[in-house]
Amino acid sequence: MNKQDWKILLVDDEHEFITTLAERLELRDINTRVVFDGESALLAVAEEEPQVMILDVLMPGIKGLEVLERVKRTNPAVQVLLLTGHGSTRDGIEGMRLGAFDYMMKPLNIDTLIEKMESAIDYAGKAAKLGQ
Amino acid sequence: MGRLASLLKHPLHELQGELDEVVSPGRYTLLRRKLIAIMVAASLIPLSVMAVLNYYEHQNAMAREIQNPLRVLVNKTKNSFELFLAERTSTVSLIASAYTYAELSDENKLARIFAVMQKEFEGFVDLGLIDAHGNQLNYVGPYALKGKNYAEQRWFQEVRLKGKYVSDVFMGFRKFPHVIIAVQHTTEDGRTWILRATLDTRQFERIIASMSLEPDADAFLVNTEGLMQTSSNYYGKVLEKMTLPLPPQTFEPTVLLTTDPLGREIFLSYAYFPEADFVLMAVKPKASVLKTWYTVRGDLLFVFLLGVAAVLLAAVGVTNALVRRMKEAEDRRELALREVEHSQKLSSIGRLAAGVAHEVNNPLAIINEKTGLMKDILTMQQTEFPMKDKLLAQVDSVLRAVDRCRGITHRMLGFARRMDVTSEELDLGELITETASFLSNEAMHRKVEVRIDIDPLLPRIVSDRSQLQQVFLNLFNNALAAVADGGHIEASARPEGDGVAVRVSDNGCGMSEETLNHIFEPFFTTKKGKGTGLGLSITYGIIKRLGGEIAVESTQGVGTTLTITLPKGQREALA
Repeated sequence: MNKQDWKILLVDDEHEFITTLAERLELRDINTRVVFDGESALLAVAEEEPQVMILDVLMPGIKGLEVLERVKRTNPAVQVLLLTGHGSTRDGIEGMRLGAFDYMMKPLNIDTLIEKMESAIDYAGKAAKLGQ
Repeated sequence: MGRLASLLKHPLHELQGELDEVVSPGRYTLLRRKLIAIMVAASLIPLSVMAVLNYYEHQNAMAREIQNPLRVLVNKTKNSFELFLAERTSTVSLIASAYTYAELSDENKLARIFAVMQKEFEGFVDLGLIDAHGNQLNYVGPYALKGKNYAEQRWFQEVRLKGKYVSDVFMGFRKFPHVIIAVQHTTEDGRTWILRATLDTRQFERIIASMSLEPDADAFLVNTEGLMQTSSNYYGKVLEKMTLPLPPQTFEPTVLLTTDPLGREIFLSYAYFPEADFVLMAVKPKASVLKTWYTVRGDLLFVFLLGVAAVLLAAVGVTNALVRRMKEAEDRRELALREVEHSQKLSSIGRLAAGVAHEVNNPLAIINEKTGLMKDILTMQQTEFPMKDKLLAQVDSVLRAVDRCRGITHRMLGFARRMDVTSEELDLGELITETASFLSNEAMHRKVEVRIDIDPLLPRIVSDRSQLQQVFLNLFNNALAAVADGGHIEASARPEGDGVAVRVSDNGCGMSEETLNHIFEPFFTTKKGKGTGLGLSITYGIIKRLGGEIAVESTQGVGTTLTITLPKGQREALA
């Protein structure tokens, strides 16, 4: 799948961070949609199922792990990459248990992020094929 | 009570305060001394009182036991003497009244009477008839006393007065002691005569011998002037002055404790005769009668000393053990409190570090993205402008600084985690299986076979679940990264020594010697541009923290095996 066809949802309450990240991904021809809280994230997933969701764990309102749990229930095909802002392994591991594809710690290395998105999309594609 | 209340309010603080008092060695010495003193006093005072009471009670009982038989013996012997004298006196009295003056004056008749007397009663030496004027009218016996006049003699005057007389002992002409018994008889027509008999005092010796006294005891008769009437072993021969002072007069047998001229402590038992001037005395040296008492006293003393020794030993032993236990308990408590205090201090430092890292990480992430965007713009737009290269160099410099900061915050978070080890009992097999399942999807798609082999006898261990999960996630990730599609990863766990060993091996690309030497160093990575280089260094740190060991074996092109050993309990890990 071409990068232009990727549908990536970015969820983080840290506006400056997430919008800049979105802009950088756009520069690399990756389509992103940015929301700043859990409720909007759930709505966005319902509206237009992304392939990958980059999800911050620590957010006001609905917490990242809860968003993950609910998305995995309603849209299990969405691959979730967790951002653990304060580097908590516990949250990362809990996220893995809940079905996250992987977790990353801030600050991010954009190349690593793109690689992870790539393997998530790759995996999602193979999983979809296997499911057919 | 106030102390207790404040102790309950601020347990840690107050205990800490008390500890400082308690641990001072002088306090334990004082405590030990006090305890020993109390225990010794509490046991020895009653013991001593009992011993003293027992001693005197026993001594008195013994004394009574000794004195009573002595008193009884003296009484019995005195009675024997009195009976003997009374019998002899009665005999003489009977003869005086049974025969007429004429008969008694007849030499032959008197001789015959005397012969019968001698036959029936032992001890008679002679018999004489004396008229009221003191003239010896008739006499049978070994001396030629006929015609002798006794009018001036004391005994004659006494017999005239009292009608009866028993003399003191005197040495007769034949040089052996005698006693005179004289009886006056008056007929109805007023005629008066006196019958006088002499007794051999060997009978006295016989009566005394019948007391069957021990060799060191003594018994004898004295008269009221202190002249010996029978021989004594220690206090004079017959008719000598007795070396003992005369005891006060009493007719009832009495026992006195006194000291004799030989310096011996003696029990002196005696009784005065009411009918004669005699005193019967029996002497027993205290030492010999109390011989049994001394033995008993020795035993008593021995038992007492043994008791004292036992009490002292027990008091010292028990107190030492008690104080040692107390000290140990205090030490343990102090250690535990210090540990709690230390770990609280560390965990608050850890929390602070985590907070700082978290606070710094978010702005750092923004700087990272903004600078990254700047770099993106500079490199991706094909516009050229002066100083572009210099600007790009500045941007790279900022990104490097961000990387350094990232390292710092990661280390701080690592430190925070180190302070934050939580222990629980867990099933390592279950943990490994669960962690492996996180990666099962990726493994499945890459056709990587993941084999898990858990020893059924694997013991449960006490450790930190989430940190171990991070460790195994790292190891599986590394293994998955190393193997080619269609490779295999094997994880096994089994008991080893006092803990468990977990082995994760793959048939991946393996590592060079050079790489092996650096794999546990932070920021060392072979996943060029992909990894943070923190995985294995974090793994290493966690395993060390949990008290375990981690080892790696690898052959380039063959595969890598990482072996982790973990202790069964957390105790070793904290030490």
